[in-house]
Order: sequence, then structure tokens, then C-alpha cells
Amino acid sequence: MSSTIDDDPRIIEFDVRTDEMLVNMGPQHPSTHGVLRLVLRTDGEIVSEVEPHIGYLHRCAEKIGENLTHRQWIPYTDRMDYLAAMNMNLGWALAVEKLMKFEVTEKARHLRVLIVELCRISSHLVGMGAYGLDLGSFSPFLYAFREREKILDLFEEACGARLTYSYITIGGLTADLPPGWLARCEAFLKQFEPIIKEYHTLLTTNAIFVKRTAGIGVLSRDMAIEYGCSGPVLRGSGVDQDMRRDGESIYTAMYDGYAFEVAVMKDGHYPRDHKYPAVPAGTVLGDCWHRFFVRMLEVVQSIDLVRQSIDRYSASKGTVGEPLKLAEKMPIGDAYLETECPKGQMGFYLVSDGSAIPWRARARSSSFSNLAVAPELCRGCLIADVPAIVGSLDIVMGEIDR
Amino acid sequence: MILNPSVVLTMRGPSFLDQLRDAVPDAVVGQNLEALDPWIEIAPDRLADVCRWLAKVSPVRFDSLQCITVVDWLETDPKKAAKVSWQPRLEIVYHLWSTGSKVSLVLKSTLPRWKGDVPGQLPEVPSVAGVWRGADWHEREVYDLSGVWFTGHPDLRRILCPEDWEGYPLRKDYEQPLEYHGIRGR
Repeated sequence: MSSTIDDDPRIIEFDVRTDEMLVNMGPQHPSTHGVLRLVLRTDGEIVSEVEPHIGYLHRCAEKIGENLTHRQWIPYTDRMDYLAAMNMNLGWALAVEKLMKFEVTEKARHLRVLIVELCRISSHLVGMGAYGLDLGSFSPFLYAFREREKILDLFEEACGARLTYSYITIGGLTADLPPGWLARCEAFLKQFEPIIKEYHTLLTTNAIFVKRTAGIGVLSRDMAIEYGCSGPVLRGSGVDQDMRRDGESIYTAMYDGYAFEVAVMKDGHYPRDHKYPAVPAGTVLGDCWHRFFVRMLEVVQSIDLVRQSIDRYSASKGTVGEPLKLAEKMPIGDAYLETECPKGQMGFYLVSDGSAIPWRARARSSSFSNLAVAPELCRGCLIADVPAIVGSLDIVMGEIDR
Repeated sequence: MILNPSVVLTMRGPSFLDQLRDAVPDAVVGQNLEALDPWIEIAPDRLADVCRWLAKVSPVRFDSLQCITVVDWLETDPKKAAKVSWQPRLEIVYHLWSTGSKVSLVLKSTLPRWKGDVPGQLPEVPSVAGVWRGADWHEREVYDLSGVWFTGHPDLRRILCPEDWEGYPLRKDYEQPLEYHGIRGR
């Protein structure tokens, strides 16, 4: 039997309008992914207005950047999106290299792709696992973290840190890979690839998960663009944009020669070169399910990119570059560069007055713009759907508050 | 791919800058199309008109606002200040992006550090929150950290700092408070 109007709890609710109530969610609520505070104006179970309050993790990173040299600010970029610190390091390093008109060695270029794509997998694993947790399913979280640990072990071997790496630096990378690392990385990919099927069984095609995410929080294409959303949030709404392909030449040159297809729904289907599960009935382009699914596709895509980069890295000779001198003077001018981080387009803007210290260091956060759209998405939804919507945006507060 | 905006638009008739000059007279006050990121300087009071044209009318629609930044040009060290060639001022920078054409555009505008040179009086710029809804939060952040007042903004209040915070931290002459609600600073 198809569902009738009486099945929709929201419609029945309108008959019994209750007093308006303000509900405070966070800043210590587990489903707010850090210290986000949401003030919900509710009428019974229906949310009429959501107001995010941010800033609980504000550490004045930009002001600190005006007092440190360019290379010294790299550890601060680690602490922005701490789940994808490699991508943050790369964003700042490339922005400075753009201003210097510096080009890294071939070997450093391929190693950067390898590390950054591996970090994208680990970030999406957290996003996926935590999203299951938001919706009340605990197992995917453990499945995801089990594999993420292995990536962190690999990173630890490469650079000594498990979360705040500062591995990619201006001029290249701080160190080359230790012997035997590539073999261990390949072994991990071989072991990890079949596991993705388990994730699809646990979440993507799980009837309860689909029920909780399909048709919820639909973000239209135009709204996503107008709010400056990016990354999986933008692609989940069907906008074909990926900075790895569409960005500035200094960034796209890194991916020169790599084969990948942007994970976005085109002509009613996703790229077909992998065996993905079918899009379940009831989903709408731009809803929570599609945002989640784009991330899952990007995990597969990143595995592919890591494999390609391993081959290219092994084939290239030379060094992985020398880190820039600590107090290197920059040319006068300004440079803005956006890179495709797991959460979206992270932009770094650097203004230089010719000294060794940036006159202005600006970080344009992708999660900041992605979260700004939450009040629009949550208007009129049920309280239980708020974590589903906010979780699907996959925000990280360290990057929003900076 | 990032192309020089004048190059992009000459392919479709009159050059982009000429079209902009026709559409919004007296708006363009300077440009540097040879810079690393080519930019156009706009008179502050015409910013909203220019942005509306770029987002809704221009042949290449800059449908997305990526970032608003304010750069405070003030040398606080008197010894160094005697040597610098520029005047103290605020520079507001808009990074726009066209999702259709995959091109970016940089707008700059120069503001006085304080309105009428009265310290504490914030310089004013028309808000572009009516052009791109995403500008709402970006403008709140700029107001919060750099102290620029956006006229016509629907809800301009601090976003990252607490509502009763004093001063604008990203100004070069900002001094950290000694004490905030019993919490020791410095």
C-alpha cells in the first residue's frame, strides 16, 4: 500500500499545535561533531527554525599567522581540519608556492597525491562512520575506525604523527617514505577494497538508513551554489565541480596524467566504471543520502588514485624536495588558491609585503559555507532529522572556527 | 581553469571591463589584469551594484561567493611606518567563482580604517547578502574580526567571538583585553 497523507506525522501535528519551545542542542552534543551549538525553535516535533552558534573552537589562527613565518604556520593548518590535516598542509603549501612561482619535484608531486588521497579516504571513513553513529547505528563507526587506524599507522610511519602531520610543506615534503612503506600501503589497499562492500551493506543500502536519509534535507542545486557550498555537499546536489579538475593550474598540474572521474550524478546516473549499488527508490538528488553516497564513491576513487600515484612515485627519480628556509622572504603580492579537500574547497589567501612573515594569512573554510546552509535545510523538518541533516554536511568545527 | 577575466569575456563581444563600466557607471576605479590573480578595484559604494550585475546579468555569471577578506594596511611600528610607501587603509577583497564557466574573479575595494577618521566609527560597505545568501555569514565574520559595517545586512552581529567582545582582532592595532569576565588575558 502506498503511503497516504495520514502517514505523515507532520501533517497530523499541525492539528495539535503546541507552544513554541526553544531547544538547545550542543555545544557538547555527540551528533554536532565537535562544539557546534544549535538553537532549535520547535513546535512539538517540528523544527521551525535552526540557528547555529559557532566560535567555541576559535583560536585566532589567522591572527597567529600574521606573527609567524610561512613555514611556521603549517602546524596551525593541521589543526583546522584535523581529520584531513594532510590536505590542509597541501592547501597552504600550494598557496605559498603559487606566490613564489615555485614548482616541486616530480617525485614530490606524486608523493603528495598519494598522501593526500590516502588522507581523503581516512577523512571520509570518519565522515561515514560518524554519520552512522548520528543515525543510531553503532557498528559502521567501528568498521570505519578499524580501517582508518591502518591509514594512521601508515602516516605515523611516514612522518611520525598520527593526526597533526605537517608532512607536506612548502617546497615539497619533510621526508621521503621509509623503506617497505609502499608494499605495506599496497597491502592495505588490497585488504581495504573488498571491505567497502560491507559499508554499502551496513549503510548505503540498509533499509533503515535509507529511510532516515532519503528525501531528507534536500539541497537544491541553485541554493548550494548561492551559499558557496563545495565538495561532496555541492556534488551531492548534482553540480559537476571538482577543483582537482577545475581548479587553478598549479593545483590541477599535480593531477596531470591521473585518470579519475568526478563523483557526481550526471544524466541520472553516477560514473559507471565501478560496481556501485543502485540508487534506492525514494531518494532525491541533493538529499542526505546522495551527499553520503558521493563520499562513498570518492573513497573508491581515491583508492584508484593512490594506486596510480604509487606507480608514478616509484618510477620517478630524485628527491622529494627541500623544505623552504624558515625565514624565506616572499615576493610582494597576494595569492589565493582553493584546493579540493575531503570536506570541500579550502581556500588560502596570502598577502605579502615582501618580508618573511605574511601580512595577512586567510583561511577560507569549506565547512563554514557548508554549515551556513543548515538553517535552510532544517526549516520544517523533524527534530530527529536535524542530526541527519547536520551530519550529512560532514563538518569539522576546527575548520569552521579556525 | 582560471583565466584572465578580460580574456574570457572578449570572446563574447565587448571586453568584460567595458561591459561592466557600461552597466555600472563610475564603479571601476582601477585594475591589475597582470597580477597573479587579476583583480578589479571597485568604488566601495558601488560594490553591491557591481556584484548584482556580476551574479545575475553579466555574460559569465559569477554565481558563487567564495570568500571575503579584509586586509588592514597599518604599520604599527613607527620606525617602519616612516619607510612604507602606502597610506593606512583597509582593503576588502571578494573572491568570486563561476560554477558554470569555472573562472574566478577578484574584486578589491579600499576603505578608510575608520569612518570619517573617527576611531571606533566603522567604515561602511553595502552588503551583498542580497546577491549571494552565503555572504551573510562571511560578512558577519568580517564585521566580527576586522570591523567593517555592512549596510543592509539582515542580521549583522559577531559570529566567532562572543557578542560582548570588544575590538576587532584582525586589525593591526588590536590590543588583547587584560580581562574577560574574570578570565585573565595576556
